[in-house]
Amino acid sequence: MNANNRPRPDTPGPGRPDDNGAGMSMIVKTVTRWLKGPILLFGIYIVLYGHITPGGGFGGGVIIACAFILITLALGEKNGLDVFSKALASRLDSGGLLIFLLVGWLGTWWASGYFFENFVTTPEQSYFTLLSGGTMPILNIALGLKVASALFLVFTVLTALRIAQGGVDVEANPEKEET
Amino acid sequence: MIYSLCLLLILVGLYGVVASRQTLKIVISLVIMQHGVHLLLLLIGYRDGGSPPIFDSTTTLTSFAGLAVDPLPQALVLTSIVIGLGVLALMVALCVRLYDRYGTFDVTEIRRLRG
Amino acid sequence: MESTIQVLIPLFVALPLAVSLLIQLVARGHPALAELLANATMLALVLMTCYAIGDTGLYHMGGWPTPIGIDLRLDALANLLLLAVSLVGFAVALYSVDYMRRFSARGHFYSLFLLMVTGMNGVILAGDLFNLYVFLEVAAVASYSLVAFGCAHEELEASFKYIVLGSLSSALILVAIALVYGITGTLNMAHMAGRIAETGMDAPLLLAFGLFICGFSFKAALVPFHAWLPDAHPAAPAPVSAMLSGVLIKAIGIYVLARLVFNVFGVNESELGLLRWLGVLSMVVGGLMAAGQKDIKRLFAYSSISQVGFMVLGLGLGTPLGLVGALYHLVNHSMFKSLLFLNAGAVEYATGTRNLKELGGLNRALPVTGATSLIGSMSIAGIPPFNGFWSKLIIILACVESGYYGFAAAAVAVSVVTLAYQLKVQRLAFFASLPKSQDWAMQNLRREPPLMALAMILLATGCIALSFAVLGGLSDPWLIGAAREVLTAGVF
Repeated sequence: MNANNRPRPDTPGPGRPDDNGAGMSMIVKTVTRWLKGPILLFGIYIVLYGHITPGGGFGGGVIIACAFILITLALGEKNGLDVFSKALASRLDSGGLLIFLLVGWLGTWWASGYFFENFVTTPEQSYFTLLSGGTMPILNIALGLKVASALFLVFTVLTALRIAQGGVDVEANPEKEET
Repeated sequence: MIYSLCLLLILVGLYGVVASRQTLKIVISLVIMQHGVHLLLLLIGYRDGGSPPIFDSTTTLTSFAGLAVDPLPQALVLTSIVIGLGVLALMVALCVRLYDRYGTFDVTEIRRLRG
Repeated sequence: MESTIQVLIPLFVALPLAVSLLIQLVARGHPALAELLANATMLALVLMTCYAIGDTGLYHMGGWPTPIGIDLRLDALANLLLLAVSLVGFAVALYSVDYMRRFSARGHFYSLFLLMVTGMNGVILAGDLFNLYVFLEVAAVASYSLVAFGCAHEELEASFKYIVLGSLSSALILVAIALVYGITGTLNMAHMAGRIAETGMDAPLLLAFGLFICGFSFKAALVPFHAWLPDAHPAAPAPVSAMLSGVLIKAIGIYVLARLVFNVFGVNESELGLLRWLGVLSMVVGGLMAAGQKDIKRLFAYSSISQVGFMVLGLGLGTPLGLVGALYHLVNHSMFKSLLFLNAGAVEYATGTRNLKELGGLNRALPVTGATSLIGSMSIAGIPPFNGFWSKLIIILACVESGYYGFAAAAVAVSVVTLAYQLKVQRLAFFASLPKSQDWAMQNLRREPPLMALAMILLATGCIALSFAVLGGLSDPWLIGAAREVLTAGVF
């Protein structure tokens, strides 16, 4: 496998007349520009309604990440990173899970004082609506942030690795990203 | 009957891990094996003629317990899929780094450690 | 929610996880801050564990009662293992401050290290089977990344082998969990034990049990399933090797095996027979393979396999004395094997090589390493009055007491072989004079930095302190007798 033959998303390909020449063809780019909003919105909907409909943090987070991955694939890597930079993704990754743990730890202060106890009680008639379920929507949002940023980070790091000519010793500089 | 199909999927994955010569094929075979295991776990919770385990304002506890499929294996499989995603990302990153170092994806040539 | 032990139990898992994420968030570019946070967390864990000695507790996450909710269970056996994990972890965290200076991305190292500690604590405290699996995976993924940390040739290859075999075994464990859930209808270990006691061990449960043994023997590196260990443990950086060999294979391998056999599935003769044979096989194969190695760390890795065989043999005897021997050997081995791996790391730090044929006469150049290595070698070889002697003696006495004279003879023979290869390491690396081809006397050998020396002295002190544990009586050492009670009490 020769590294030079690999198609790279940043360099201009044949027959792609566009502003900066990166990414895929014109049709894909136009459709992506229309669709990235609805996909993101759908992902946010699944995260927010995770306590009523199937889905929740994991599934919704994957869909949100897919929206950003679509931008990266179709419009080029530079555009993708402009929208959602690696530093931001890394901060949201750790921050999301820290919020999850914080909300769980707050459960030890109220109610009977167990970790992850649902300490927010909601009135009976509001069951099955958006603002019910206690701490669950907050946990879903934190999880959605974490999963989305983690998945996007994994994708970006794996596609951004430029492979040197096979067998040449790259200096031992570990850039391991935490999943 | 259908459990044996799950077992077949697991065995296909296992064969792939043992017999593949390229690191990426080993990774893909592991993913197939994990799919088989998840399918097995989901089918354990199945109930003939059952309804999806979703509570809305019209369901009661007794009708849920009597009609719905078991939701616990579904939660287990969801967790396991996410774990598998993390491990998959790590394996692919390792394959890429191995190519960086050894110049090949061929497992028979990545053999500096022996003994 | 009055007692402090109830507050403390979830913190064993939540604290290292939160600090690991905190390091990712604030200490990416400041390795000194990451080192400080990691060492402070490990010290806090040691203090928490010491405070929790003698207490037991059952913690319901989220307040949900037992069959519905997730439990965290702290009993004497969990206490013992938490003590081992936190003491070894603290020493290794101290050691890595100096050892890891030549690596970049040290913030990631400490994050992954704390994630591994989270996973191990979670496995030890888990009260239901799926939570155990999730924390097992957390610890395993962190260890796969840590083995590959330096991104050198051997590390990547070893980590790839480790991750493929590890994922395979995790898939087997998940199939077993699926089968057990399908039969008993519950995942909570206490509840499950009750159901299994009612229905008895029929064919599907036997299949699930066999799959559990296969999966967890991979994790514990018992002999037919040990192929990843001799590659992964030497290739990893020295502090990671110490954690892996010292606590990981025990916390996620032997501890879970003991829990499943004694507390969940119930003891019967065929299960114990299987454990005995696996133990003897590991003992003999590990010892023989270790004797022929030239690389120090590979020798220690095979020695780990051999000592794990001792522990599983002790577990398989099933008698109270055998269980005491197995648990005592578990804690002892954590101490002296991590000490030996840290010594090998110090040798590599100073001389740049791990090959026994190129080393020699290091006692004068690295005094702390030489002294602690002598203590560690004498412990593992079973020389009285060090701790290894007592634990091996208890296991051999338990074999004789149960009538397995062949196994006892094999254990004595393997102990002699262990003495032989440890003496070989001591002689070739530390005592002998320099080989003619090396001229280290000319170069400045780097002496161990103070924190590395402190970590090694800490573990050596632990070894010596553990040899006093038998003062409580040969069949009831301090702390270990209580842990044995948990196992002999039968199903939950």
